[in-house]
Amino acid sequence: MNYKIDNIKIINISNSLELDCGQTIKDFPIAYETYGKLNDKKNNAILVFHALTGDQFVSGTNPITKKDGWWTTAVGPNKAVDTNKYFVICANVLSGCMGSFGPKNINKKNNEPYGLNFPVITIRDMVKAQESLLEHFGIKKLLSAMGGSMGGMQLLQFCALYPDKTFSAVPIATTYSHNAQQIALNELARQAIMADPLWNNGNYYKDNTTPKNGLAVARMAGHITYMSDKGLQERFGRKLQEKSAYEFTFDADFQIESYLRHQGHSFVERFDANSYLYMSRAMDYFDLSKQFNNSLAEAFRNHKTRFLIVSFSSDWLYPTKNSKDIVIALNASGASVAFSEIQTDKGHDAFLVNEPEFLKTIKGFLDSTFEIFKNEK
Amino acid sequence: MKNEFKIIADLIPDNVRVLDVGCEDGTLMQMLIQEKRIDARGIELNENNVKKSILKGLSVIQGNAETELGQFPDKSFDFVVLSHTLQAFYQPENVLNQLLRIGKAAIVSIPNFGYWKVRTNLMLFGKMPITKSLPDSWYETPNLHMCSIKDFYELCEKKNINMNKIVGVNGKKISTINHSNLEIKNLLSEVGIFLIS
Repeated sequence: MNYKIDNIKIINISNSLELDCGQTIKDFPIAYETYGKLNDKKNNAILVFHALTGDQFVSGTNPITKKDGWWTTAVGPNKAVDTNKYFVICANVLSGCMGSFGPKNINKKNNEPYGLNFPVITIRDMVKAQESLLEHFGIKKLLSAMGGSMGGMQLLQFCALYPDKTFSAVPIATTYSHNAQQIALNELARQAIMADPLWNNGNYYKDNTTPKNGLAVARMAGHITYMSDKGLQERFGRKLQEKSAYEFTFDADFQIESYLRHQGHSFVERFDANSYLYMSRAMDYFDLSKQFNNSLAEAFRNHKTRFLIVSFSSDWLYPTKNSKDIVIALNASGASVAFSEIQTDKGHDAFLVNEPEFLKTIKGFLDSTFEIFKNEK
Repeated sequence: MKNEFKIIADLIPDNVRVLDVGCEDGTLMQMLIQEKRIDARGIELNENNVKKSILKGLSVIQGNAETELGQFPDKSFDFVVLSHTLQAFYQPENVLNQLLRIGKAAIVSIPNFGYWKVRTNLMLFGKMPITKSLPDSWYETPNLHMCSIKDFYELCEKKNINMNKIVGVNGKKISTINHSNLEIKNLLSEVGIFLIS
């Protein structure tokens, strides 16, 4: 990545954190951003967990990339998650590359970037590292916590670890346990990065290089999984890229090729290849039921959290079946759960793009939940 | 419908757990929560109804009661409500078994095929009946297994299901049904509401 990360909000986590891999870390930074204003009663806070390629810049203009925040469609003034009304917090995950402790940080032991010496992180580690933010703001209980995809995994883990810290939870297009296909797709992305000679076993920071071709291929592969067959066909079909006939070369003849190349290459500007390895690995290790003797329902036993589970009909990366399994476990545990499958052609990406039915649903849920939360003693 | 919901609500004590199967837009659930501080959950097939319910802050899951009631543990609710839906299932008997497995008690309301207007439709005009509680033509009705109050009564007897209370509804008039007035109430009630366990 080429951006300089400065002038961002950071808290230093001084407590030691024992990671799932056995190592312990302490005195490390977690970068975050907030939107809106925390009210006097501190009952309007919403914690957002970001997905694999996201960061703490949920809304407005990302000060580092100067592009729109990744969830500007849903979060902001007068948006579904209305920051005139709610206080939104989002942290860059542990192992991320937007200011939180990650593989490009300097290892104090040898004054060199960690690279692959950075400990392998799990979703549970990410969540534990972010929990300090609540204390930082003096928030006893969040109004809600939300997250899609990898953000949804963090959210489920958060609810299991801290049942009393959020009044409601909105896991979107996610799963409680990464399955073989999901692991396979992540492995494809990792192998693309590792096959780039510039990756150099993760030691590329010193030479001021980056395995950008490998990372771009990883991003292209990922991007395909975020869109539906129908969505791709309608948007691109067999349309040619600024030409009227085939060129009989391997240049980007088709619009879809050009689109993927663009997505791949703009991504490497803002993302660290090693972070991609670590975060995708964390997703693969995620299996919430395993933490509860293979009974997911136990993860939510006696919880009072109000859940809204959302899936998208054309999402084949984290399909409705994955969400329904969560719903079934929540019902088995007696938790309070609402579930909606949104009909859309927009695939897994539907939670990031303008999907009115989805936005209406989360707005309705949050606003009605806030009314209930305000009146709770 | 409002009237019927009120009758159902009157059958349920305060502060209990209720599952509304086929809860539509959540009207009954909302009534139970607001008036009786009930912990209510719902399952509904129709996507738009699910959204309407969620917008009201209700815990409603989108799903098919025919195949998805298995996820609820035994006796996990005090009451399970099934309003005007039993006749629309492929296998109503299985659904009935599920209701009684999940709930300590169940409330089932049925549009009565033994109602005199229904009988007249068929007898005098030789046509499938269209009434207030059976508004659809035969080719578009979701109803697959119509029954009368007497039919359902006999099914409960056959399955050794306790009928704790049966209410007959005819417009604004309601009456209690028992073994001795079954024949006449089966003729005069448009809807039957059964509290069973």
